[in-house]
Parts: sequence; C-alpha cells; structure tokens
Amino acid sequence: MIDFVSQLPILMIVLPLIAAPICVLIGGRQATYVLSLIVAWASFACALTCLMQVWTSGQPIKYDIGNWEPPYGIEYVVDLLSGFVLTFVSGLGAIVLTYGKRSIEKEIPQSKHYLFYATYLLCMTGLMGMCITGDLFNVFVFLEISSLSSYALISLGKTRRAPLAALQYLILGTIGATFLLIGIGLLYQMTGTLNMADMSGRLEEFGGKRTMLVAFAFMTIGLFIKMALFPLHTWLPNAYTYAPSTVTAFIAATSTKVSVYAFIRLMYGIFGHEFAFGSTPLEEALIVMALIGIFVASTAAIYQDNVKRLLAYSSIGQIGYMLLGIGLVSVGGLTAAIVHMFNHAIIKGGLFMAMGCFAYRLGSVKLEDLRGAGRTMPWTSVAFAIGGLGLIGVPLTAGFISKWLLLTSCFDAGRWPVAALMLVSSLLALVYVWRVVEALFFAEPSTAAKEAKEAPLSMLVPMYVVIAATIVFGVWTQWSAGISSEAAEFLLKAAEGGQR
Amino acid sequence: MISFPIIRVITKIIIPYILLFALYVQFHGDFGPGGGFQAGVIFASAIILYGLVYGLPAAKRVAPVKVVEKLIALGLVVYAGTGFLTMLLPLSKGGEAAQANFLNYETLNHSLNHEWVPGGQHLGIFLVELGVGITVTSVMIMIFYAFAGREPVDAKSGKSKIRRESAKS
Repeated sequence: MIDFVSQLPILMIVLPLIAAPICVLIGGRQATYVLSLIVAWASFACALTCLMQVWTSGQPIKYDIGNWEPPYGIEYVVDLLSGFVLTFVSGLGAIVLTYGKRSIEKEIPQSKHYLFYATYLLCMTGLMGMCITGDLFNVFVFLEISSLSSYALISLGKTRRAPLAALQYLILGTIGATFLLIGIGLLYQMTGTLNMADMSGRLEEFGGKRTMLVAFAFMTIGLFIKMALFPLHTWLPNAYTYAPSTVTAFIAATSTKVSVYAFIRLMYGIFGHEFAFGSTPLEEALIVMALIGIFVASTAAIYQDNVKRLLAYSSIGQIGYMLLGIGLVSVGGLTAAIVHMFNHAIIKGGLFMAMGCFAYRLGSVKLEDLRGAGRTMPWTSVAFAIGGLGLIGVPLTAGFISKWLLLTSCFDAGRWPVAALMLVSSLLALVYVWRVVEALFFAEPSTAAKEAKEAPLSMLVPMYVVIAATIVFGVWTQWSAGISSEAAEFLLKAAEGGQR
Repeated sequence: MISFPIIRVITKIIIPYILLFALYVQFHGDFGPGGGFQAGVIFASAIILYGLVYGLPAAKRVAPVKVVEKLIALGLVVYAGTGFLTMLLPLSKGGEAAQANFLNYETLNHSLNHEWVPGGQHLGIFLVELGVGITVTSVMIMIFYAFAGREPVDAKSGKSKIRRESAKS
C-alpha cells in the first residue's frame, strides 16, 4: 500500500503543476474552475498536514525526488519556516480562487478563462516550490515559473496599460532573476553542490571570501528586486494597479513574501548570519533602507487617487517592516519578520479582495468613485475598514501583533530611534487608510456608488473568512507567532551551529 | 512566393528528412547527444520552414493553433504523469516497493520483453523526454505563429487579419 503521508511534500507541488496543463486540455470554463479549486484546496490540505506534522514532531520532513539521495538529487525540505509559508501561500491561493469566480467572469474575456486558471495554478506551483525546495537551483527554476505566470496573469488586466505594466515587471523581474542566477552560479563554482544544506557546510571550508561576497551581493539585489524593496520597487505599483482584482489579491498576498522567505533562507540557511552580517554592513543597510522605504512608500500612498495603487505603495512600505525585523538580527526581530509575512499576507489579501468587490460593483477603484459606497455596500466597506485597522496595527488585529513584536525587539536591541520612527510611520498608515474610510463612509455618494448593490455572497464570504482571520490571529497568536518564533529560533540556532 | 519554384520544391523534399532527424534526435537521445528539447526544436523548425515558404495559413492547416495549444499542455501532462505513475505503480504491486518517490523510474521495471519495451530507468527517461519533445515542438510553433500572425491564440480575429495581409502581398 502506498504511503500517502510520505508523499505529501511532493503532492502539494505537483498537484497544481499537473492540474494546470489538464485545465488547458479540458478547456471548459466551469470544469477548469472546479478542477483548479479542488486542486488548490488539496494543495492547502497537504501543506497544512505537513506543517502539523513538523510542528508536533519538531523534525523537518525531507523528501528525495526520484529517491535520489541529496546532495546528488533534489531534496524537498519542510521545516517550520517553509511549512508556515507554504501553508499561508496555498491557503490564500485557494481562498482567493474561491472568491474570484464572479470577479474573473467580469474582468477577463471568457475565451481566456481556462488559460487563466492554468496560469494561476502554475503561479501557485512556482511560489510553493520556492518555499519547499532544498536545492538552490530549483529555487531559481520555481522563481521563474512563478514570475512568468504572474507576468501573464497581470497582463490579463482590463485596461490597455496592464500589458505595459506586465512588461515593466518582466524586465525588472528578469534582471532580478538573472542576478540570482549569477549568484547561484558563483556559489556552485565554489562548492560544486547545489543542495542548500550541503552548500552551507562547504562554504565554510572552501568559500573564497571575495567570491562569496560577490555572490551574496548579486543574490541579495536579485531578491530585493523581486520583493520590491524601496529603491527597487518601481515595477510594483503599476503591476498591482492594472492586474485583474483576483490576481492582485493573490500576488499581493503571496509573491513578495515568498521572496522575503527566500532571502531569510539565503542568509540563515546558506551563508550563515555571521557571514551575512559580519562581513558586510548589511545590518545598518537593511534598517536604513527599510525605514526609508516605509516612509517614502507610505507618504506616496497618501497621495494616490486609485485605491489599488494606494495599497500597492503600502505593500512596499510593509516589506520594509519585514526587512527591519530581519535587520535586527535577533530571534525577536526574525520572529516579527516571519509573523509579519503572514499577517501582512492576510491583511493585504483581505484588502485587495475588498477592492475586487468594489471593482465588481462600481467598475472602478478610484477614490472619487468609491465615495459614499459605505451606504450601498456596507459589508464590503466594513471589511475594508477592518483590514485597514490591521494595516495600521490597531490592537486586536493581526497587524498589531507583528508591530508589537517588532517594537519590543527594537527595544531589546537598544534601537530607540528605530522604534520611534516605526511608531511615526504607523501614523502615515493611519492617514492613508483614513482617506479611504472617510470617502467610503462620510462623503457624498458618487453617481456610481448611489446605484451600486452589495457584492455577491460568493465574494463576500471568502473575503470575510480572510478578514476574520486578521482578527483571529490578532487575538489568538499561538499559531502565527508561536510557529514563527520557533522557526526563528531554529534558524538562528542552526546558523550558529554551522549546519542545518 | 509563387514565383520561387526551386525553394518550394526543395522545401518539400527537405521537410521529411528534418522530421526524421528530429525523431532520431528524440529517440536516440538516451544513447547519444540529443533529447527532447533539441528534437522539439528541430521538429518545429520543419513546420516553421513550411510556414515560411507556403505561408502562415498553410502551416496552420498542418498544425492548427488549437491543436498546438493542447499539445503544449499534453507534453507537460506526459512528464508530470510519468511522475505520478512512478508514485502510483507500487500501489498495484503491493507492499515490497513501499518507498517509491515522484519520478523514481525504478518502479517502471516490468517483466515484458526488454528488447522491445525498455525497462525501468530507460523507460522513465524515454517518457519524460517525449513529454519535453512534445511541449517544446508546440511552444516553438506557437512562438512562430505569435510573431508571424500577431494574434495566435484568439483564432477568430487572427484568421481575418492574416487573410488581409496575404491578400495585400
């Protein structure tokens, strides 16, 4: 009898991978939707089971593809960190797909639906594959799968500017991926292996300092582009604004976080934090860049008229918080970074889902068209308000937990100015969220908003599941913060021990 | 194009050999240089050559856009399906082959005539490369269609556009 439990790590990756071409082969609209929905949820179930298994046993799950032993073959590793990221990426992928049916029907031409679902599944495969793989080259391959499919997804947007935004993202994304590949090539040249665990051991022995520095620099910059850290963020606002609503909700919630995950893995899993922070002024650079990013992006968000663009700028700012946590180089900081990956994923996912509802009923997400929509679309507007509170970091929401953890670890590290600046930056978030909330609830209704109806239930329910999650994980933090802190401890301990 | 009889005749003579060579590279890839990717490109080049000489509509009659699109997916299904097959085969064989992971070709071993049906590792790589070959062929053709016809996927509007262009020339 086949042991399905031992096959779970591969199943969660290859189920969407094989379902995508099957979607193209079937070709019908309903059938492909049902198939991709089932597969997305199955993938989530696999990821959740794996996470539970790791969480209870404390041992990472390892899976050798084709029974080729690492370091010769490709190895999949689910430890707490990757399991956590896998779970929320697949979970959000599944729930956004559940939510998206009506929105997709409205925004994407019918003849392209089956291609859309296939691409969506491929994007999910790529993102999850980046998390689960223990092979450095495989990270690049999955990065390309997820990037190429997200370019395609973004270019499906309704306006003619969507393909342009996708092209812009394609150019920068390709540069980022190339940089990553150059770094991988240099590391491979030095160590002769691509397995991450094997590589980190060998780098200590055989690593030439200068080559390592160059490789580290290339890979870091490459990932910074993919995660849209402040000076390298230019692709993001257009891509998020012009993509179809469902795509924005999915990509905004997952894609940049996976790059942050890859960055954490790179620093602690391969180079070791002693090298990463010891031989470069990365610590200061990260904190400074993160803070500048938070302030510039949040300020830019205040001046946006398109709410999707506003949220996109806010995403760039929120990436800053995650890197701030990483830059603190402590268990607390890393915990905050990991937990903020999750919290921001659900908050931003929820907010963009609300924007999808507005776009579905009003046909626009411009601030002037949203005016007064709080009266005709109360449920959607309240969902946006709750998500907005989470973005600011009000107590009892998920955003508070990550900001609180970040703040305490700033104090622990004795970085008072950073803590103070963080608090000020939350005020900026308050300003841009308030602008939207004010328009929704307190302004004279626009002509579109007057005639609007509440969004359909099939969109409202999944959206409220995500919004409820922001409150649940703001009150009950055992899972999010608990798993994150254990993952952070595990990473730092492993990095100090010299091997993973 | 009608006024270049030599090119047209030579093309017709050459195309079968290109196809044959592609199949050779595909199926001899396990023993010599070659494999699915190279074979796919060579195979597609035959159809692209046909399209260049006889025009896009003719090429689309040979390899219709819809079929090519399905073939792209089919190749991937063959590849990933091989993986699933290797995972599921121990199920039928019973307990002794419990630990067979995705793409472990050893499970494809069988008791059939090994002279005609390759066994284990050989069969696995054969199937996988076949999948690669199918996908690469169709992707290459699709790229050609995309550049030559500008609207390859949307068959309706693409067709009308191409007719207008060929009428002009």
